[in-house]
Amino acid sequence: MSGPMTIAEKILAEHAGCEFVEPGQLVDVKVDVALGNDITAPIAIEIFKKAGVKNVFDRTKIALVADHFTPNKDIKSAEQVRMLREFSEDQALVHFYEGGEVGVEHCLLPEKGIVLPGDVVIGADSHTCTYGALGAFATGVGSTDLAAAMITGRTWFKVPESMKIVYKGELQPWVSGKDLILYTIGDIGVDGALYMAMEFTGPVIERLSMAERMTMSNMAIEAGGKAGLINPDDTTRDYVEKRATRPYKFYTSDEDARYAKVIEYDCSTIEPQIAFPHLPENTVSISEVGTVELDQVVIGSCTNGRIEDLEVAARILEGKKVAKGLRLIVLPATPSIWSEALDRGFLKIFADAGAVIGPPTCGPCLGGHMGILAKGERALSTTNRNFVGRMGHPESEVYLASPAIAAASAVLGRIGSPSEL
Amino acid sequence: MKLRGKVWKFGKNIDTDAIIPARYLNTSDPKELAKHCMEDADPDFPSKVREGDIIVADSNFGCGSSREHAPIALKAAGVACVIAPSFARIFYRNAFNMGLPIFECKEAPELIEEGHEVEVDADSGEIVNLTTGKRMKAQPIPPFMQELIRDGGLITHIMKKIEGH
Repeated sequence: MSGPMTIAEKILAEHAGCEFVEPGQLVDVKVDVALGNDITAPIAIEIFKKAGVKNVFDRTKIALVADHFTPNKDIKSAEQVRMLREFSEDQALVHFYEGGEVGVEHCLLPEKGIVLPGDVVIGADSHTCTYGALGAFATGVGSTDLAAAMITGRTWFKVPESMKIVYKGELQPWVSGKDLILYTIGDIGVDGALYMAMEFTGPVIERLSMAERMTMSNMAIEAGGKAGLINPDDTTRDYVEKRATRPYKFYTSDEDARYAKVIEYDCSTIEPQIAFPHLPENTVSISEVGTVELDQVVIGSCTNGRIEDLEVAARILEGKKVAKGLRLIVLPATPSIWSEALDRGFLKIFADAGAVIGPPTCGPCLGGHMGILAKGERALSTTNRNFVGRMGHPESEVYLASPAIAAASAVLGRIGSPSEL
Repeated sequence: MKLRGKVWKFGKNIDTDAIIPARYLNTSDPKELAKHCMEDADPDFPSKVREGDIIVADSNFGCGSSREHAPIALKAAGVACVIAPSFARIFYRNAFNMGLPIFECKEAPELIEEGHEVEVDADSGEIVNLTTGKRMKAQPIPPFMQELIRDGGLITHIMKKIEGH
């Protein structure tokens, strides 16, 4: 059998050793990178040990990133990270990160060229889909699947149906990749792409930076997607070629590839989007938000903690002060982003504005530490989830938005746009 | 395999943060996780759930994080199975890998209320609401998956098979 294929199908076919695959088919594929963090890897390591296996399949292809509750927030977290450290030493893993080397995993791995275009990546973290922005097939799995891949270097998948989303038109001021993906989730719903590979295409996507593309792919899971792919192009090449330490391959969807669904958006009419509590699909355009006062603003995470995100925020915050009584927390996502933000003067701008600048960590995004909300408190965050209790007390609230909206809101003390400053 | 139990009812899009909040993920001890199971959806759930009880929820159960702690917490809290019209992809896979049976049934949220007693037949996929007498159909669980569940999940299942040879 043969025929046209999508980028997702082509990558899976190649890794399964087949000429052709189609949606619904079960395939056993080679895994290029398997990822775990300080929350999910301990279970995988326990399983690995229980299975009585001596060595991982390839010590260069497993990444363990202690980013969630680090710097270790309590004794139990420290014990979990120690498990990762001891396992990594035992197995002589090349990619173990903690302390001053650790960054938020989905920013760190692309930045270091560990994940590359054309790869199959599984990660025991749901936002593993971020690497779809590089043209990789990347998806989140549980710890058991991670353990199996650490042992065998393989995993099984059902080839997903693909959903193509075409973004056309010109972006309005202050509209970013974050707004496009929030708009999309608002339109199709948190299960609108359940089990599917989303494919973001069109002239607007072609003009987006890698950072904004990663923001979009990152949130494919918030629509239930298995992956969120972008066909690689010159922007991808510019990002990857200086980082890659092994060969990589560009796959692109055939013109006549088959899609379960095709959606087109005219981006010219899309405003900055805010996702209201308690689901990412509860999106509201900035002009319709009304008055929502805030206690905290968080800028960071695997969604929006990259240097481009900090640059946008710094430009808006320069010479301004955070509103009295509001806490602005800025978490550059990796050590190199932190360092670049220092060199370019962004950290000085944040400090002068009255922000708290923290280390690279997932921290408050999942209510871990470094910015937990009290009962009834309200935060606007550049992160990806606003479920009940996500950032702290079950009766606190999280609103999701772009770094531009976050920076402006920190000054205004309520949800607002940079155009109001 | 037949499961019979009292129902706890939940709505749509029950996410993994509701099933087990991330603030408790500094451990993977099932007993510790069970103490906080479903806490952010219903604070009393951990104290009132009994061994063998059944959760009936609306669509997209288990959305969000990839944490395997979610099915681990449900199982350790005594939940016998979860019935919903649809499950989020990663949760679906994790549930079976952890040995927690789940059943996809479109009509369940409509025909089953909290406190009802239901019986689920994994072989036929038939669900009977013993309180109302209403019957509905879910996808059956094939024999090899039932064996996996009985063994307590994928890994113990594989190890048992290896030892058996």
